[in-house]
Parts: sequence; structure tokens; C-alpha cells
Amino acid sequence: MAAQTTTLEQAQTMTLKPRPAWYETWLRFSRNVPALLGLIIIVALIFTALFAPALAPFDYAKTNLDNVEQPPSAAHWLGTDQLGRDMLSRLIYGARSVVFVIAVVSIISLTLGLTLGAVAGYFGGIVDTVISRVIDFLFAFPELLFIFFIAATIKPGIVGNLKSFALANNLPWLTEFVRSGYADYLVVMIALSILGWGGLARLVRGQILALRENDFVLSAECVGVPAHKIIFRYLLPNSLAPILVSISMGLGGIALAEGVLAYLGIGLQPPNPSWGIILSDNVGRYWREWPEMLWLIFIPFVIMAAVVFAFNFVGDGLNEAFNPEL
Amino acid sequence: MFAYIIRRLLWLPVLLVLISMVTFWLGLYGPGDPVQVMMGLRTNPKIVEQVRQEYGFDKPFLVQYWNYITNALQGNFGYSLVKYQGQRVSDLIAKRLPVTLQLNLVAIVWSVPLGIALGIFAALYRKSWLDVLLRVIVILGISMPIIGLQPVLNFLLSRKHEIGAVTLGPFLPPGGWQGIFAPHIIQPAFILGLGLLAVYTRQTRAAMIQVMNSDYVRTARAKGLKEWTVVMRHALRNAAIPLITIIGFTLAGLFAGSFLVEQFYAIPGVGALAYESLLSKEYYIIMAFTLIAATVYVIVNLLIDIAYAFADPRIRYK
Repeated sequence: MAAQTTTLEQAQTMTLKPRPAWYETWLRFSRNVPALLGLIIIVALIFTALFAPALAPFDYAKTNLDNVEQPPSAAHWLGTDQLGRDMLSRLIYGARSVVFVIAVVSIISLTLGLTLGAVAGYFGGIVDTVISRVIDFLFAFPELLFIFFIAATIKPGIVGNLKSFALANNLPWLTEFVRSGYADYLVVMIALSILGWGGLARLVRGQILALRENDFVLSAECVGVPAHKIIFRYLLPNSLAPILVSISMGLGGIALAEGVLAYLGIGLQPPNPSWGIILSDNVGRYWREWPEMLWLIFIPFVIMAAVVFAFNFVGDGLNEAFNPEL
Repeated sequence: MFAYIIRRLLWLPVLLVLISMVTFWLGLYGPGDPVQVMMGLRTNPKIVEQVRQEYGFDKPFLVQYWNYITNALQGNFGYSLVKYQGQRVSDLIAKRLPVTLQLNLVAIVWSVPLGIALGIFAALYRKSWLDVLLRVIVILGISMPIIGLQPVLNFLLSRKHEIGAVTLGPFLPPGGWQGIFAPHIIQPAFILGLGLLAVYTRQTRAAMIQVMNSDYVRTARAKGLKEWTVVMRHALRNAAIPLITIIGFTLAGLFAGSFLVEQFYAIPGVGALAYESLLSKEYYIIMAFTLIAATVYVIVNLLIDIAYAFADPRIRYK
């Protein structure tokens, strides 16, 4: 085998192919084992959520009173709960709720947070004052309690209005929508979004404030680039890194809040599947014995924790990949 | 600086009026008719109407709000409607506040110094296995779902385990409140402190890394100072400035931050009262709680900004 040789001339003309910045970032990210693990968990979660009907061996809500609190077996891999419902199926459908809530809440808060934050930072003046004061206002409440407060207070309003609207306009699908409990999702999503956008908007505003003094913005303004283009083409892409990190960490928080709301009975209600409901159902009769504890509480707890960890690890990994000096 | 403080102080009442109005509005129209809540389901509509007039719930929104807020400013936050019927809300809160403060104090005492120490270590041994380990612990601390952690901890620590012939435990009581020195406080204070520990470790680490790279640390080392002096005297003091913010929010959270833990461990604190009231639509208690919490928060926020200016003379507010 001929050894590969490099002559001096060749060496002088050799160029290193520049690697794109995102590739460098990915390289740093992929060296971070916990972050990669987190990414795998998130992908698995989304996969589970998308194909829940195909993956779940049983109907998540179907009770079977002859088969109560059974330990894990060939038929029921994770055992059954006190109503004989298959725990594996319940957990799989719970993943669906979490992903659904996370997706909608993050889309709403992202849209609001990016737009309002960028507008406040770029235009300044009275617009900035109004938006910043609204955020101040939102943050003045104790966070989780505020979500509960909103969830508890808007719920009768939303459900009642939807119901009467459906009756008045003779919309059977809407009546069905309310009756089947999907309005609960709406309540949870609104409550979480109201609080979610503020933090993001504040972050984006700070980023834009710092960036807008740069010469490339000045030159863009000079040649007459419209404001929305400057914001979305010039400013936001440059502040992507901290935004991505903050979103990734925020998603874990949304998952956590969804679980807590459901656990306390203000979020999703029992016909809907949620990990919070699974936990509150199973904690109900308190002093459980050891083996039941395992599949009724330990496993849901570990799964829920793993999902929140995953989002936080990915956020942490992104943070490090974007800021190698840290 | 002085003008800045004045401006912020002028803004303070506006923000508080807004906050109280929105809470009042949500509380009034949200969870259901307070009179209906107070009277229960089977009631005589005539009596309901009478009570409504007696309490002033038939008046226009702004009148009700004005009455409420003038009373609140004099320390009268109304009365409990359901569970503690007839008791003053201010008395209820005053009675429970010491419990919450003690619980939070214990949580802060174990977690904050430890968090700062771990943060310093993580920054000094940056990129070592210790740093990685600490980071994993921090993230675990931030993301523990308390709704699952509580039953698991309670199971492990508060009941008897018979392993073969050996009987272990129970190590700790499952819940309840026996004062600050009873073992009942260990579990809730541990859970409460986890989040604080994580936040302080992370922030201290970030601040220390920044400071350790600065020129004056190099100068201090070049002078031949001992590493201990460099870290504790020169670096830590400057790294402590960004910590002002989280210390402030920790203090603001004293009042409202622990309601989940209080609920789970049956601790008769302010948080548990607030949560209980939220579910039973104890409208005056929710209002009082939200108002006080928001006021504390807003004031702490102002104090943080002022403290910054004193801690770091380079900061000048316009």
C-alpha cells in the first residue's frame, strides 16, 4: 500500500474546506453525552406521541375490574392500576397529551414572544414601554400560582361560552368537542401561553437592543430595507442561539406544569390521559406496598422526570455548543 | 440615580393598581359567584340577593374595587367565605405566615450556601469530571417533578421496610408541622431547597468563570497571592454582584414559592391556604394572597436594581 505523500507544493496549495458554523456547533453538541441522550429521549417521546394508537396495546381508558392492580405481565407490560387499566397504554397516551400541549404552547409563546420582543427592542419608545410593562405585570405574580389562578378562573368561562356558542349556533361537533374534554386542553394551553411568552419576549428584546447598534443594521437602514425585514432577516437570526437555549429549557417547564396542573385537578380532566392524572390516581390510596409502588408511581415518575431532564439537558448542551467559552 | 429611583417609585403604585384590578376582575368573574360559593347549592334566591347586597356584590365593578382597595390599604382584606367563615383574611394570613417563613428559612439555609460553594468548585475545576457531575446534578435538581418525587421520597423514608429479617425505618414522619426543629421539616425543606441549590450552583459557576478570566484576577495571581485569597477575596466578591438578582427573587419567593410543598406535606402555611382557597373559590383570600405576593415582588425588584447600583459603581441609571 503506497503511503500517501504530500509534497511541499501540494501542501502550500491545500486549503481546509471551511465548515459551516452550524456544523461546528453540532460537533460540539454531539460530544455532549447527556445532551445526546436528551435528544434521543425527545425523539422517542415525539415518536410515541405520533404513533400512540399503534403502539398502545390496550385502550387507555378501558377499565377491567377483574384485573385490578396486577403486576407487570406478558399482557400488561407495566401492570394495571386500581381500575384495571393498562399502565403502558396510559403512559403512551399521556405522552401524546404532553407533546400536544408543549407543541401548541410553544408555538403561541414563540410567535408572541419573538414578535413583541423584537418590536419592543427595535422600535423602542412608547411601544417598548408598553410591552415591557405588560411583561413586568405578568412577572409580578408568583409563577406557578398564577398559572393555577388563570386555569381555575378562565376555565368555567371558556367551557361555558363554548357550550352556549355551540348550542346557539347548532354546532354538534363543538358540543362534542366540549363534552369530550378537549376544552380542558384549551384552558391549559391558554394558561401556560399567557405566562410563557413574557420571558421569551424579554430575552429577545435584550438581544435586539444589543444588536441594533451594529453597523450592518445601520447600513441596511441606509439602503432602505423595511423594518420587518431588518428584524426577521438581520436581527433575529443573529440572536438565535440564546433563544434556542431558552426555548429548549422552557419546554421542560411546560411539560412539568402540564403534569402539575393535571395532578391538582385544574388541567386535563380524567377522561383525557395525562401523566399528572396517572400519578394523582395512583397516589390516591396512599400507603402502597412495595411492588405496586413500582409500576404505579415509580415508573410514571421516572418517565416524567426523564422527559423534563431531556429538555433541560438539550438546552444545556445547546448553550455549551453555542458558547464554547463557557 | 436619585431621579431613577423616584421614577421607579412613581411607577410602583401604577403597577400595583393594575395588578390588583386584574386580580380583582379575574377573581370576581372567574371562579364563580362568591355569594353562591358562600351559600352553597340549596339556597333561597331571596336570601342570596340579600347577602349580595349586604356584601356589596351588586354594586358596579369599579365601586366594588374601590371599596376593596381602600379597605386593603388599611389592612382589611375581607373575610373568609367558606371554610373559616367569619375570620378576617389578614388574621388567617398572619397566623400562617411564620410557618411558611420558617420552612423557607430552613430550605434556604441548607441549599444556598451549598449551592454557592458547589458553583465555586465547578468554576475552579471547569471542564473536569467534577464540573460535569455537578452540572448533571443541577439539571436533575431543576427538573425533578415534585408530584412524583414527593410520593417516592415519602415511600422510601416514611414507612417501614422489611427486607428479610431486617426492619428499616420509618426514618422520617410523612408530613405535618411540628415547628422548625421537628424532623417533620426535613423532607419538605429538602424538596424546596433542590431548586434553589440548582439555581445558585449554576449562577455562581457562570459568574465565577467570567470573573476568573478577568485581568484583575491575573494581577492578583501575579502579585503572588495565595489561590485561596485570590478566589475568596478578589473573585468571589465581584462574582457576587450578579447573585444579587437571584437572592432578591429567593426572598420574594419566600411568601408564595412553597405552596406546592406545603400542600403535599400538609403544612399549614400561607401557600397551602392560598391553594386551598383557589380550589374552594375563597375569593377574598386569593385576592389578598396575590396582591401581597405581587407587591412583595415588585418592591424586591426595585430593591434589586438599587442594590446593583451600590454594589457596582459602574452602573448608572439614567
